Amino acid sequence: MGLAEALKNGKFVVTAEVAPPKGVDVQEMLENAELLKGKVDAVNITDQQSSVMRLGSLVSCYLIKQKGLDPVFQVTCRDRNRLALQSDLLSAYALGITNVLCLTGDYVSLGDHPNAKPVFDLDSVSLLKVAKTLEEGYDLAGKPLKGTPKFLLGAVVNPGAEPLEPQIIKMEKKVKAGAQFFQTQGVFEPAKFEKFVKASAYLRVSVLAGIIPLRSVAMARFMNKAVAGVHVPEEIIEELDRATDKPKKSIEIAGRLIRELKGMCQGVHIMAIGWEKRVPAILEAAGLV
Amino acid sequence: MIVSELKPLPEILGYLERDKSIFLVGCHGCAEVCQTGGEAQVLEMKQKLEQAGKKITGYSVVDFLCNKALVKMKLYAHEEEIMAADSLLVMTCGIGIQATASVVDKPAHPACNTLNLGGFHGEWRGSERCLECGDCLLEYTGGICPLVACTKGLINGPCGGAKDGKCEFEPAVRECGWHLIYQRLQKIGQLDKIKTILPPKDYAKMQPPPALRSTILWALEQKETGR
Repeated sequence: MGLAEALKNGKFVVTAEVAPPKGVDVQEMLENAELLKGKVDAVNITDQQSSVMRLGSLVSCYLIKQKGLDPVFQVTCRDRNRLALQSDLLSAYALGITNVLCLTGDYVSLGDHPNAKPVFDLDSVSLLKVAKTLEEGYDLAGKPLKGTPKFLLGAVVNPGAEPLEPQIIKMEKKVKAGAQFFQTQGVFEPAKFEKFVKASAYLRVSVLAGIIPLRSVAMARFMNKAVAGVHVPEEIIEELDRATDKPKKSIEIAGRLIRELKGMCQGVHIMAIGWEKRVPAILEAAGLV
Repeated sequence: MIVSELKPLPEILGYLERDKSIFLVGCHGCAEVCQTGGEAQVLEMKQKLEQAGKKITGYSVVDFLCNKALVKMKLYAHEEEIMAADSLLVMTCGIGIQATASVVDKPAHPACNTLNLGGFHGEWRGSERCLECGDCLLEYTGGICPLVACTKGLINGPCGGAKDGKCEFEPAVRECGWHLIYQRLQKIGQLDKIKTILPPKDYAKMQPPPALRSTILWALEQKETGR
């Protein structure tokens, strides 16, 4: 079952993130995707995440689709202007890739090519609107298209942002622009997430809560210090620190978070960041498989 | 010289839709030379707005509106008229509009588009404040330009990368522009302004229009700068 159907049926949706390799050896990426087959509704393919140059998202989506999984094409506004973005959306549809997640993209300074020229010709809101315009049979310049694409459009939101209000305002704009589902930044505090859910309930849109398994105590501390809107509570860090089998504990924590969030959202989006092989274990710990 | 042009009157009236009384601000510098915000244009605007049913509480034409310290001093002399107005209409370049917005806790609507700074960023030094985009957005962002204040130049709201009001790029020294815009709009009661979805920028407007490039003024300017 694909993502569109899963969202429509109102089942608890599970998506997971897979990163293309830096280089052309796609074997590990495909192996990771294979492990998720039958366990997730869709696989997000990141678009040079953290501004690190990698194999492209579109080609990776295509390869993963051939393996029988439903890919979500992540598109950022960082590297392409409006011509390239529209062209890639058309290319995706021509390859049968219809799930698109529209993002702003990290700033170039965060990655391994900090001296690159950042583009940001469009932003996440206007990218969603452009995708809708293509669906209406026109490009951004108002020129008619030969054949029209149809997408399932997604967007992101940061439920841990402080203040939250500007994020909700932007989320509303994304919904108005055409976003049909949202995947969030990593969530570690269900109580805080609940506040976000209440604040955004009026938008009536599917939200998949972001789950990031903690690979280590250092990773948790790093995220608290450097990653916007992510806060791993001290109790969780200590719990992980005390454990002798850290990976096992980490899986347990992620599983527990999913159980706690289950009643508040339409699904979860697991960003394993290097721990893709452990996603099935997390889903098991959450009681989802 | 900073080149500006007046926005079409319907656009300006749209900005002033919810305001009954307005205070006008002009500039004796570049805006006077461009005939967008000199005393004559300010008086002309006064008449047009009055015809449209607005009350003009007063006006001030400042020597150099880009000189923030001077703006504060000059506008202070009109405190009562400004306090009596719902908002200000600023008939100058983007820097003058931002300088006005930074000293008055009322909406400062832009009456002009800034076409070219000619390398001159006015008397309010310290950082780049106007990208001379030719289609001023300051109306929607509380008088803080998102093209410059936001590292990514986003026009539809913040990305998810800011932490504690700091930009993901150089968080030690750089504020999140959208955090500043949010705070400012909250302060002047205009948060709904950022709910408008702004279409992608027309970057063709960043090129000065041919009509302007053919003027004597433009030719002189180019000659003076040795190009």
